[in-house]
Amino acid sequence: MTEVSLRNVIKRYGTQQAVHGIDLEIENGEFVVLVGPSGCGKSTTLRMIAGLEAISDGEVSIGGRVVNDLPPRERNISMVFQNYALYPHMTVRENLGFSLTIAKRPEDEIVRAVDEAAGILGLDELMDRKPAALSGGQRQRVAMGRAIVRHPDVFLFDEPLSNLDAKLRSQMRVEIKKLHQKVDSTIIYVTHDQVEAMTLADRIVLMRDGRIEQVGTPLQLFEQPVNIFVAGFIGSPPMNQLAGTVEGDAISLGEVYVPIPSSVRGQLSNGQKVIFGFRADNLTPVGHGLREKGETTQLDLRVHLTEPLGTETLLFATLAGAEIQGKMLNPRPVAPGEDLTFNLMLDRCHVFDAATGNAIGRT
Amino acid sequence: MDRNRTHRNRRRVLAWMHFFGLFIVMAIICIPGLWIVLNSFRPTVEIMAKPPVWVPSFTLDHYRAMFGGAGEGGVPVFHYFRNSLVVSVTSTVIAILIGMSGGYAFARYKFRFKGGIFVGLMLFRAVPGVALSLPLFIVFARVGIIDTHFGLILVYVAMNVPFTVWLTDGFFRQIPGELHEAAEIDGCTRWQAFWKVEFPVARSGVASAAIFAFLTSWNEFALASQLTRSTGSKTMPVGLLDFTAEFTINWGGMCALAVLMILPALILTFIVQKHLIAGLTFGGVKG
Ligand SMILES: Nc1ncnc2c1ncn2[C@@H]1O[C@H](COP(=O)(O)OP(=O)(O)O)[C@@H](O)[C@H]1O
Ligand SMILES: [Mg+2]
Repeated sequence: MTEVSLRNVIKRYGTQQAVHGIDLEIENGEFVVLVGPSGCGKSTTLRMIAGLEAISDGEVSIGGRVVNDLPPRERNISMVFQNYALYPHMTVRENLGFSLTIAKRPEDEIVRAVDEAAGILGLDELMDRKPAALSGGQRQRVAMGRAIVRHPDVFLFDEPLSNLDAKLRSQMRVEIKKLHQKVDSTIIYVTHDQVEAMTLADRIVLMRDGRIEQVGTPLQLFEQPVNIFVAGFIGSPPMNQLAGTVEGDAISLGEVYVPIPSSVRGQLSNGQKVIFGFRADNLTPVGHGLREKGETTQLDLRVHLTEPLGTETLLFATLAGAEIQGKMLNPRPVAPGEDLTFNLMLDRCHVFDAATGNAIGRT
Repeated sequence: MDRNRTHRNRRRVLAWMHFFGLFIVMAIICIPGLWIVLNSFRPTVEIMAKPPVWVPSFTLDHYRAMFGGAGEGGVPVFHYFRNSLVVSVTSTVIAILIGMSGGYAFARYKFRFKGGIFVGLMLFRAVPGVALSLPLFIVFARVGIIDTHFGLILVYVAMNVPFTVWLTDGFFRQIPGELHEAAEIDGCTRWQAFWKVEFPVARSGVASAAIFAFLTSWNEFALASQLTRSTGSKTMPVGLLDFTAEFTINWGGMCALAVLMILPALILTFIVQKHLIAGLTFGGVKG
């Protein structure tokens, strides 16, 4: 069942347009992450769903009900803000129970709901403290607790982890995922961090400049990016990208030629300018890859820098004048300046049209 | 060892200088007030003595006379006190309500000519009150609200609103907008979000503004002396003038009334001082 639906949603600030017609259907219980560089309109979109920002054009519906003109309190949503927005004059208990108090629920029901939420998030010890006496991670937890107390139809998160340090962030990421499994509600989550998006999402909505670039599961965006932007944004290290020209049944990258991958063969014309992309995982020294069979080609490259990461080592090399990265599994020490033969997995490579940036063979 | 000792000595000297400096400053601030209190308990001869008598003898004559009948130097203290209280409290409440709304609007909303209006309000404060007294006198006399509580309240509200707007605007500005948004998502109307979240958080700021407004009205003399005439509307500062006759001034009585004037202000300030300090060192909200 569709829980949240956006139809051609537009936001204008004066004459300037910040969101240019978003279409999105979100299923009940789904964890959707809006991701994109900062300023791309993620928060604006989220705030239009919340009712904190007027919708300039288009339609937002929640649970089958058009909510364009409803105030936030009538949309049955919860929101966790980047700076938590805890009520500083109330204790943790009062913060958690505020929405139920406002709704004039009976006292024993409030106590029960608050205790339940506190139990889920491990807040029992902190109930009588004021927000000022809490650490960043604890405040984050209270903010989440305040959101779940009301059992809303939809949870909205706006960069909830960006004020935490790296360690706490990965810890809270796990907690949010657990929370989703426990409460089983629809979640719309905004972040600019692709790692957060990849690890949390059932479905990622990748935005740029107020438009959706691609919607799909984390794996779809990782393996089948529809354009250069998506390819560069998702994945770490970023995808290697080399400018090239189609020549017969090969792509010329300057002095190096690589065969055209079979997936796009027949869809390229001679002389076409393309961008050839592949991930570090798919460029591995012979004998140090995950998969040596299949459609591969071999490249001789000089490694000029290494980054050992334990189970694997990142290798930096230059190909056709551009800096590229490869990956070595079961690593052995590699000296800078060493020449290695690499397998490039052609069936995992991407070819983009240089003029439009769109992936070839995927539309 | 030796170095340690000189260091410790230097510190001690500095501490004493610090203490002495503070003492001088506090003396400059406090001695006039103290002198008023002392004088109110002294016989007139002692007040006028030259050189001043530091160790006072103690008498309640001035208070007795002040509360006494009109013939023997008494003044209608209770009337003046009541007038002052009615005018100050009413005008403070009104000024805070209007000023707080204004401050909130300036802090949260965008509207046309916002900057201009704000500067205009502040400029209004630059006009000295006395300069307004004659025009006000004429207008009030025409309208028929001269010598009434209402007239004085009107003037004090007008005087206090700009300052209250300016002060509360600053306090509301420091409260992140997400706070009322969170409240609205939690089920509040915009109005509830203000009263249940933003107002309590800004409470210290509003209390500071209220104290300032109250003290301004309570102590105001220049306009009140022009706009009030009778026992029914004269405030305490104006009442002080009752002690001046054509050739003499009853300093003792004046001081006694002044003490009565200072006391409520002092008590009130003391009661809300916790808020006042919290208000003046605002900023713990963000967290
Ligand atoms: N109140 C506003 N007035 C004018 N422009 C705004 C306002 N809020 C956001 N914008 C613009 O809208 C765009 C999207 O902002 P936002 O949704 O906050 O981006 P994100 O959350 O993705 O970083 C930005 O270019 C920003 O400058
Ligand atoms: Mg944002």
